[in-house]
Amino acid sequence: MTVKLTMAQAINAALRDALAEDESVVVFGEDVGPLGGVFRVTDGLTATFGDRRCFDTPLAESGIVGMAIGMAMNGMRPVVEMQFDAFAYPAFEQITSHLAKMANRTRGRVRLPVVVRVPYAGGIGGVEHHCDSSEAYYAHTPGLTVLAPATNQDAYGLLRAAIAGPDPVIFLEPKKHYFAPEEVEPETPVPPIGRAEVRRRGADATLIAYGPTVPVALAAAELAATEGRDLGVVDLRSLVPFDEDTVVAEVRRTGRAVVVAEAPGFVSVASEIAARISERCFHHLEAPVRRVTGFDIPYPPPKLEHHHLPSAERVLDAVDDLQWDES
Amino acid sequence: MEELRMVRLLDADGGAVEDDRYPMPPPEVLVDAYRALVRGKRLNEQASALVRQGRLAVYPSSRGQEACQVTAAAVLRPGDWLFPTYRDTVAVVERGVDPVEVLTLLRGDWHCGYDPSRHRVAPQATPLATQLLHAVGAAHAATLRGEDTVVLALCGDGATSEGDFHEALNFAAVFAAPVVFLVQNNKYAISVPLARQSVAPSLAHKGIGYGMPGVLVDGNDTAALTAVLGEAVTRAAGGGGPTLVEADTYRIDAHTNADDASRYRTDDEVAAWARRDPLVRLRAYLRGLAVLDDEREAEFTAAAEADAARLRAALADDRPPEPAELFAHVRATPTPQLAAQAASLRAELAAERRQPEEER
Ligand SMILES: Cc1ncc(C[n+]2csc(CCOP(=O)(O)OP(=O)(O)O)c2C)c(N)n1
Ligand SMILES: [Mg+2]
Repeated sequence: MTVKLTMAQAINAALRDALAEDESVVVFGEDVGPLGGVFRVTDGLTATFGDRRCFDTPLAESGIVGMAIGMAMNGMRPVVEMQFDAFAYPAFEQITSHLAKMANRTRGRVRLPVVVRVPYAGGIGGVEHHCDSSEAYYAHTPGLTVLAPATNQDAYGLLRAAIAGPDPVIFLEPKKHYFAPEEVEPETPVPPIGRAEVRRRGADATLIAYGPTVPVALAAAELAATEGRDLGVVDLRSLVPFDEDTVVAEVRRTGRAVVVAEAPGFVSVASEIAARISERCFHHLEAPVRRVTGFDIPYPPPKLEHHHLPSAERVLDAVDDLQWDES
Repeated sequence: MEELRMVRLLDADGGAVEDDRYPMPPPEVLVDAYRALVRGKRLNEQASALVRQGRLAVYPSSRGQEACQVTAAAVLRPGDWLFPTYRDTVAVVERGVDPVEVLTLLRGDWHCGYDPSRHRVAPQATPLATQLLHAVGAAHAATLRGEDTVVLALCGDGATSEGDFHEALNFAAVFAAPVVFLVQNNKYAISVPLARQSVAPSLAHKGIGYGMPGVLVDGNDTAALTAVLGEAVTRAAGGGGPTLVEADTYRIDAHTNADDASRYRTDDEVAAWARRDPLVRLRAYLRGLAVLDDEREAEFTAAAEADAARLRAALADDRPPEPAELFAHVRATPTPQLAAQAASLRAELAAERRQPEEER
C-alpha cells in the first residue's frame, strides 16, 4: 500500500518501524524527544516508545556519538541525530577514530551498528553553518558507509537497511526534501546498500547525482529532452560503497558523463567519481568527464545560494560542452 | 575553595591510618592485591626490556602506578566492563586478558589482540578521553536493559583537559550511569606538568561541578584505592550514579621509551616518589599483620617470573602479521573498491613468493 509522505515523515516511519521491531534500537540526540527534532523527524517517537527508547541528551555532539559507540559495544543499535551538518563536526574524532575503526581495531570482533543521521546540504535559505555538504569527510574515512537518499521511498528503505546492518552508517538527509510529499510504499523490500539506481535511461549522455542534486539532474534531463537530447540520470543513493559498475555501464553506453553535486568540487566525491569513470570508460568516452558542483567557498548566504547550487541550466551548459560537434 | 581531604589508609611505611570515611579492606583481599602488584611490576619491567630488545615497538609503562592498575581490575565483578588507555596494560592483564594478547598492538600488529566482548574490556584507547564516553554508553545500555553492570573507565591527568572528559562526566551524571571514572594523576602529560592542565584545587573537584562525588585518594596506597573504588562500584551498582576518583600517583618511568624525562623533571623528584612505591608499603603492612610470609612471596614472584618468561618466548616469534588481513575487517562486506585492492595486494604477495629468494 502506498502512502503520501514527506521525507521527514518517511524517515519517521522508518525509525518507528525499527523501534517497534527491534528492542535494541534506541534514538537520541538534541531536541529529538518531546519536540520531535528541529525538523520533526522524530515526531511522536518518545510518546509512543517512551523516553528510554527515544530521548534528549545533553548538548554535546562528541558525547552523543561517543555514547552511541559505547552502547553499540554493549549490544544496542543506536540511531543518533546531529542537528545540522556543520554541527556534527564536534563529533568528528569519535566518528573517524572510533566509529569507523572499531571493527578493524578488534579484528572484526566488535562491530558498531550505529546510524548517525545528518540533515545536510542547502537550498533552504539557511544561515551560516546550516547548509554544509560534508559527505567528503565521511566518504574519505575507511570503515564508514555513507548514504544519501534522494527519494522518500529510499529515505525509508535505506534507513531501515542502515539500522539493520552490521556497520556504522552516516545517513545524509537532504534538508530541502524534508517537506516535499511523495508516494512511499513501506512494504517494499529494503534496498541493498551500495546499489545505484538508474532513474532515467538516456542514450546521449549520463548525469550522475546523489541526494539533493538528483531532482536537479532529472529537471535538466527533462529540459534537454525538449531540445532533442536524451540524457540518462543515475542516482547513486550510496556514496560508500560506490556502485561503480552501474555508473560505468551507463557511461559506456552513452560515452558522455556529467557528475552533479552540491559540495565544493575540489577533492570531492564528484572528483572521485569523475576519476573512476575516466579510468574505466576511457575508450568509450566522446568527451572528458565534467563536474557541476558548488564553488570552493564557504556556503553562501540565503540571498546568494542560488548562484552556488548546481542548477538544471548549469548542468545543461556542461552537457553542451561535451564535444558534440567533433563526434 | 575547600580542599578535599585525601583518603589514605596506609602510610609510606605501611602503618595503618585511621580514616573515618573508609574502613580498612580485609587482609585476604590485600594479599591478593599484593600478588597482583608483584605480577604487574614484573610485567612493566619485562615489557620495557622487550622494547629495548626491539621486540615491542613501544610500551607506556605504569611503573609506580601499579596500585591503581591492579585495584581498577580487582574491584570489578565478573559482568562489569573496563575501559582502559594505552597506559593500562597491567589493569587489562589483571582483568584476565592474556598478556601476549594485550601486547599484540604494541608489538606491531594492527588490532588490539583480544576479544573485548568476551573479556568485557574495551580496546586500549589512545585518542585521549574518548573512551570515557564509550564507558558511559556501555553503562547506559546496561541500565536500559535492567542489567546489573558497572563500568570503570581510566584516564590520565592530561586527558582531563580534553572536551570528551567533560562531556563524559556530564552525560554520566545526567543519565545517572553506573560508571566509575578513575583519573591516574601521575603529574605529567608527556612533558607537561599538572599545573598547565588545571588550577582547580584537585582534579577530583571537577566531579562536583557535574553533580557527582569527587574523591581524592592516595594512588600508591592499595588499601585506600580498594576501599574507595570498591565503594564507588557499589554505589554505581545500587543506582547511585557515577563517581570521579582522582588517584594521586606518579609515573616512575619515562612517558614511553621514546621520551627523555630528564628534560622536564629532576632525578630528586623521581627518587622521592620511588620511596612511595606501592609494593613496599603494602608488603610492610601485610608482613606486620603476619598474613604474608616468605613462602607466599616466593610463590608470587615465581608466578610473575613464569608470566615474564612466557611473554619473552611468545615475543621471540617475530613473524610479521599477514598483510592480506588488513582488508578483512574494515567492514563486514568489502566495497567493490576494497575487494579490488585486496586482490591486487594478494597478487603482489603471490608474485613475491614465486620469485626466487636472490632476486628479491
Ligand atoms: C587526542 C589526543 N591528543 C594527543 C595525544 C598524544 N598523547 C599521547 S599520551 C599524551 C599524554 C597524556 O597524558 P595523561 O592523560 O596525563 O596520561 P599519561 O600518559 O600520563 O598516563 C599525549 C599528549 C593523544 N594520544 N590523543
Ligand atoms: Mg599523566
